[in-house]
Amino acid sequence: MTIRALPSYALLAVGSIVVAFPLLLALSYSFMSESQIATFPPPLIPATPSFDNYAGVLDTIPIGRYLLNSFVVSTAVVIGQLITASLAAYAFSFLVFRGRQLLFFVFLSTLMIPWEATIIPNYITIRSIGWLDTYQGLAVPFMATAFGTFLLRQAFLQIPHELWDSARIDGASSLRFFFSMVLPLSRPILGTVAIYGFLSTYNQYFWPLLITNQTLMRTTQVGIAQLRFEETLRFGLVMAGVIMVAVPTLALLVLGQRQLVRGLTAGAVKG
Amino acid sequence: MRWNARDSRQLGIGLAYLAPSLILFAAFVFVPLAQSIYLSFFNTRATGAITTFAGLDHYLELLTSPAFRTGLLATALFALYTVPLGIALGLVLAVLLNQRLRGINVFRTMMSSTIAISAAVGALIWLLLLNPSLGLLNYILSLVGVRGPEWLIQPATAIIAVSLTTIWLTLGTNIIVLLAGLQGVPEEIYEAARLDGARGLRMFTRITVPMVSPSLFFLLVVDTIAVLQAFTQIHLLTRGGPVDATRVLVYSIYQDAFQNFQFGYASAQAVILLVLVMALTLIQFRFVERRVHYQ
Repeated sequence: MTIRALPSYALLAVGSIVVAFPLLLALSYSFMSESQIATFPPPLIPATPSFDNYAGVLDTIPIGRYLLNSFVVSTAVVIGQLITASLAAYAFSFLVFRGRQLLFFVFLSTLMIPWEATIIPNYITIRSIGWLDTYQGLAVPFMATAFGTFLLRQAFLQIPHELWDSARIDGASSLRFFFSMVLPLSRPILGTVAIYGFLSTYNQYFWPLLITNQTLMRTTQVGIAQLRFEETLRFGLVMAGVIMVAVPTLALLVLGQRQLVRGLTAGAVKG
Repeated sequence: MRWNARDSRQLGIGLAYLAPSLILFAAFVFVPLAQSIYLSFFNTRATGAITTFAGLDHYLELLTSPAFRTGLLATALFALYTVPLGIALGLVLAVLLNQRLRGINVFRTMMSSTIAISAAVGALIWLLLLNPSLGLLNYILSLVGVRGPEWLIQPATAIIAVSLTTIWLTLGTNIIVLLAGLQGVPEEIYEAARLDGARGLRMFTRITVPMVSPSLFFLLVVDTIAVLQAFTQIHLLTRGGPVDATRVLVYSIYQDAFQNFQFGYASAQAVILLVLVMALTLIQFRFVERRVHYQ
């Protein structure tokens, strides 16, 4: 590190702290007593850090159950998306059939349709088949992904076609080639699709708000929002809830940053 | 180009692989889409069951409704406050992050951290920051001699408060996309510009901004679509209020469908949302196509 780099580091440090400030503040307030939060000027650091707010969250809402619900639903969506998208991407990259182009456009066209524009009929459907307050109601509508299919297809197209040719000469069926060659070779991009599916499902709010009424079927995001609508708004409690809910996604960000970046930039840079 | 038995067999195999996705898309995207459009021409009971044909009534009512016009205006303001500022901020931070320094990845992770943060979590944290008596925002403003408003109580500031929250939430995505764009700019271009005497701000406006314009345009479209779909932060911060100041299109759909149970009227608004998003996406597809053509 040279002296010349110091201004750069100073700017980077300031920028990082400003951007991460709301999150750091939430962490700090989650250890603060309500009486300290009420002092002026607004405090930054807990005077006597305690886990009281976390205990308070556990007493107020069934946060463990919410976390379980969110993990079950998000994992189910990830598994569903990996299966549906990899099968579809395989057809769009290795199989030759008439109408392939047209069907690919059908897939891409779903990217233009905002979920909110179809949410009313979807709600009516889910209610009429008795899927309100169920895991399948929360998960099944999101188990197909055009974006994931698109990402996987791009990756599958990078796999040398000679592999497919020689597999066929060896008498391998197309399904066997898919499982023994294509999927193992595409692990990184499958990781991208998985992380995306998990994050976007775990962070959902509108849909779970609509289709869950029983307390025990709520997911994390809708669950912590209840803390905001308690009779008295206790910010220490809310921030403890916020941290408990955000930790899994932040851990995923740290572990899977490379995968996330790959997904985000696929649309923007490569076109 | 006759169709023969081999074509049918190949199509059958292809469809077998596509079937899981196609069935789900049909059930949860295409059929509901048609139902949304269909519902928008009908009146319904509170259960959602269709009663009478309404023709274009819902659309005509929307055209003349002051509440709907206020909502569209709120949506436009929301986009105007959120998208340009969010992208500009993202670009400045991405330029800062686009340096070859030891430990740069720590800063990159910190600055892009909001990508993992849900709208609900973000909104609840900003509820604290924006609080007139307990929040830090007004305290910081008071340090520079500005009397901070009651953000969520006044119509003019409520939409700004929701926009600030949204800018923060989208910052992570903007930074990652723009950083990738910046890393795609060949070093020789900067060197050539430097030889020509370009420095600092001039380098930024003449070289950096044009070179990342594809990423900027991508974000302009994607962020605008995201703003059109934003629901959570409004539900948690303002519930559409005060006096409908933040009752944006999606929130209006939510209230008319799930609180007033006017599914037909809400569906007409859903169709308008659909048209807006489709138009934006098509613009983006066309642009990308043209850019690829030029390269």
